[in-house]
Amino acid sequence: MRYTIPEQEIMCAGHKACQGCGATLAMRYALKALGPKTMLTLPACCWSVIDGPFPYSSVGVPLFHTAFETAAAVASGIRAGLDMRGDTETNVVAWAGDGGTFDIGIQALSGTVERNDNVIYVCYDNEAYMNTGVQRSSATPWGAVTSTTPPRHFKQERKKDMMAIMAAHGIPYTASASVAYAEDLIRKVNKAKQIPGSKFLHIIAPCPPGWRSSPEITIQLARLVVQTHMFPLYEIYEGRYYKLSMDPKKKPLTEYLKPQGRFRHLTEEQVAEIDRQVDERYARLKEQAERSKPWFEAKKEKKD
Amino acid sequence: MQKVMMGNHALSWGALLSRAEVIAAYPITPQTEVVELLSNMCADGSLKAEFIKVESEHSAMAASMGASAAGARTFTATSAQGLALMHEVLHWATGARLPIVMGNINRAMAPPWTIWTEQTDSIAQRDTGWIQIYTSSIQEILDSVIQAYKVAEQIYIPAMIVLDSFVLSHTNENCEVPDQDKVDAYLPRFENAYKLDTEKPAAFGGLTGPDWYYELRYKIERDIQKALPLFEETGKEFEEMFGRYYGLIETYKLDDADVVLVTSASIASTARPVIDQMRSEGHKVGLIRIRVFRPFPSELLRKLLSGRKKVLVVDRNISFGMSGAFYAEVKAALYNVKGRPPMWGYIAGLGGRDVPMDVIKGMIEQTMKEDHPTQDIIWIGVKR
Repeated sequence: MRYTIPEQEIMCAGHKACQGCGATLAMRYALKALGPKTMLTLPACCWSVIDGPFPYSSVGVPLFHTAFETAAAVASGIRAGLDMRGDTETNVVAWAGDGGTFDIGIQALSGTVERNDNVIYVCYDNEAYMNTGVQRSSATPWGAVTSTTPPRHFKQERKKDMMAIMAAHGIPYTASASVAYAEDLIRKVNKAKQIPGSKFLHIIAPCPPGWRSSPEITIQLARLVVQTHMFPLYEIYEGRYYKLSMDPKKKPLTEYLKPQGRFRHLTEEQVAEIDRQVDERYARLKEQAERSKPWFEAKKEKKD
Repeated sequence: MQKVMMGNHALSWGALLSRAEVIAAYPITPQTEVVELLSNMCADGSLKAEFIKVESEHSAMAASMGASAAGARTFTATSAQGLALMHEVLHWATGARLPIVMGNINRAMAPPWTIWTEQTDSIAQRDTGWIQIYTSSIQEILDSVIQAYKVAEQIYIPAMIVLDSFVLSHTNENCEVPDQDKVDAYLPRFENAYKLDTEKPAAFGGLTGPDWYYELRYKIERDIQKALPLFEETGKEFEEMFGRYYGLIETYKLDDADVVLVTSASIASTARPVIDQMRSEGHKVGLIRIRVFRPFPSELLRKLLSGRKKVLVVDRNISFGMSGAFYAEVKAALYNVKGRPPMWGYIAGLGGRDVPMDVIKGMIEQTMKEDHPTQDIIWIGVKR
């Protein structure tokens, strides 16, 4: 097998992440693909702590910490500033958690991608406000317990479909990724680098303290979330053409849910409800991918 | 070049002549003409800038920060509700030490819905660490944009140029448009010494504990204080090149004045003929227009006001539960001075209520009549 992951480490050791942090892996892989000619802007999120306190930093690229709602807008500004000074090469990346993306930052993000500004927006999704102590966000899945959705009143709303919202803006490239599939993640970051306009990457990043899981099974969970169809890996081109990155045979959902304390309270019926939601969504996705096939074939022929 | 233009267009022309490179703005009445003209200037190529048409004022300031951090000269403009929405990011721009220049059209805050002039919107932002320049003519608006960049970029502190809604924003006056090459000589290209740079990667604004935060705040205060002499120096330099001086304050018939009226913005323009009239009636009255409100020119005001018989301050703003802001700050500046004069604080013109000459004259006459002020707020013609 050819080794496809760049050896260069741009992120360094000594960061402030918890043991088994998926968000840290996401950054490490993404930076390997992005390379040193990259600028990051970070809103309030776990990563604003992980990177380290002033004057330290764990990423070997310039980083602008910014207010919670502003990552996308700041990225647009950096891009415009660099372009005006003749630097159209440097990758401008907004790097935000699910709260800063799905909730408080969605307005600025919608603005940036509606203008199709030439930036990469990465949402590392740990499915709640982990940095403030695990409060529910609109990325928290149905059924999960957080500090604001206690077991007797667990999250009753489905996870917001952020990929569909981004696709609805018609941006050139939208992709989901998991820290368990590093090659796939890096391939997608590389693709995002090459496409002009707005790119949105949605990376699932397990959080042991928030998911109430053991640090050593982070990769396992990040793989199971894909294998159980809970978090399918796919790409959307031009906001319309869907492509599944992998189509694994579905594993039983309980394999993913059981090791996580946040789902421990669920009854069999409730697990069945999640299963129903997962199947419904996956079927829709497969249908979209099927319908998109001619477009990809035409694209391939054009290349040939 | 002479050109008749409205106050809003003077902001656009100021940005054009300053060679703003990135503009990020969102429309709001009464600011819209600023961004409309800038859009046209970008479209016809007369201004080589990237205009980011953001989805909110919050993002306007956020995008401005990004552009400035990337090293570009950045401009935006807003008003009232828009400025309030920016509040969080105004603090961020100062903390990040980004010399963004912004125009703010003073409009009263809602509710009730209103679009007429009042300074409470910008006064509410006085603690964000932005330089605040209150203007009183169309020419001054244009010139102030250029001067603001000159000051802001030397000390890495953002600056806000403030103008009255409609009274200045939509009033046309003849304006001298400075030659571009002279402006270029006055205002060199912006070189952000602390810009984002892949050759020198660093994190800006990361978590800072009590062991360093205090020092970073000290440095902001130390540097914004540098704006006080800088306004005088850059004002003189501006006068040498363009024939117009802009400092911290403007005085009118002040030398032998016993009674001094202190105010700002367009009320000061109306006050000048009132001073003339009362002088001709034998009263020793004079005028101070505070132009730069942040940093506050305390020392200068102490020098000019101590020993006067009476001072009255007219505010077109209110800090609820206290008084007008200019009144409170002038009083505070003079508190430790021997021979400080008694001070009267009038609130006038809120929500765009007209402040004509006879109203200003009435306030001066009331001040002359009374021995001591008896209240912190004197309301003028209020329907109770």
